[in-house]
Amino acid sequence: MMLSSFFILWAAGKAPKRKNTMDLTEEQIERYSRHIILREVGLQGQLKLLNSRVLLVGAGGLGSPAGLYLAAAGIGTIGIIDGDVVDLSNLQRQVVHTTADLGEPKVNSARETFEAINPDVTVRTYQALLDADNAADILADYDFVIDGTDNFAAKFLVADACHFAKTAYSHAGILRFQGQAITVVPNESACYRCLFHTPPPPNSIPSCSQAGVLGVLAGVVGTIQATEAIKYILGEGKLLTNRLLTYDALEMNFRTIKVKRRESCALCGSNPTITELVDGDAAVCDLDGN
Amino acid sequence: MNLKVNGDDTEAPEGTNVLALLTLKEVKMPEMVSVELNGEILDREAFESTALKENDAVEFLYFMGGGKSA
Repeated sequence: MMLSSFFILWAAGKAPKRKNTMDLTEEQIERYSRHIILREVGLQGQLKLLNSRVLLVGAGGLGSPAGLYLAAAGIGTIGIIDGDVVDLSNLQRQVVHTTADLGEPKVNSARETFEAINPDVTVRTYQALLDADNAADILADYDFVIDGTDNFAAKFLVADACHFAKTAYSHAGILRFQGQAITVVPNESACYRCLFHTPPPPNSIPSCSQAGVLGVLAGVVGTIQATEAIKYILGEGKLLTNRLLTYDALEMNFRTIKVKRRESCALCGSNPTITELVDGDAAVCDLDGN
Repeated sequence: MNLKVNGDDTEAPEGTNVLALLTLKEVKMPEMVSVELNGEILDREAFESTALKENDAVEFLYFMGGGKSA
């Protein structure tokens, strides 16, 4: 074991118990040393991360930065569901893909990048759209979901599917110079439908392709989603639950707006009317961020 | 009357309802936002019937997509 690894174990205040050190290789102790030295992570926390499973719904503007940091953090299994191929207009913000990946399925491009960053990570890919038929089976294999979708039908589907699967998720959205994020722990905190009820009328809300988006904005918001996933897995800190984070890049202003569960919420209220997954209005899916 | 809208002090005529406030704040499409009044999310149908009072705190929560389609 390298001297620095001994120092990390000592500095973290954790006796190098045999079981734990046996579970991490010397290379892993070195790789994750800046995590292990954190009291809130330590060896046990790093093992939690290595044994965790996070699903990225969408390998685009939000899923890219989230996935890069989750891979680097040593999330043991990263799932990616995306039915698209890499387009030139994606590269301004979808940083997991490169110019050489043009025309390639995004799930393949993202998998190669994640595996190159960290061989500890098992990447599972689904080259498909998330829908009412496949959502339950896919979500069952994951501890946390990153909603990196654009269209509102998909966002409501992720919210509903996570509710029924009892899987925590991070919602986020970006447009022009503004972003938002909230973490939802089903049946414990306000859900996406508590805030937004139902999808907006088709084409009432501009998409990134129609209104534009500052590329780096996706990086800021996507990495907030990754942070939430890591905190949830570690069980440390205060999650972004019951608070909608809003970010205005032009003003460089972050705000959190307190929100709470809505008694009349059709999904998680006391008398829910949404009792099964259904696919949203296809017309809403016209809001495409590519 | 004075209101707190998205954290900022805002003057609005007495009796302004939520829908009128959206107009006043130049939100052209009310379907673009959810509205939280003093910590409670309003049903959209209640925008017009909900009159605001002095010192009410109103938050506009905007629908926001982003990321990519999936």
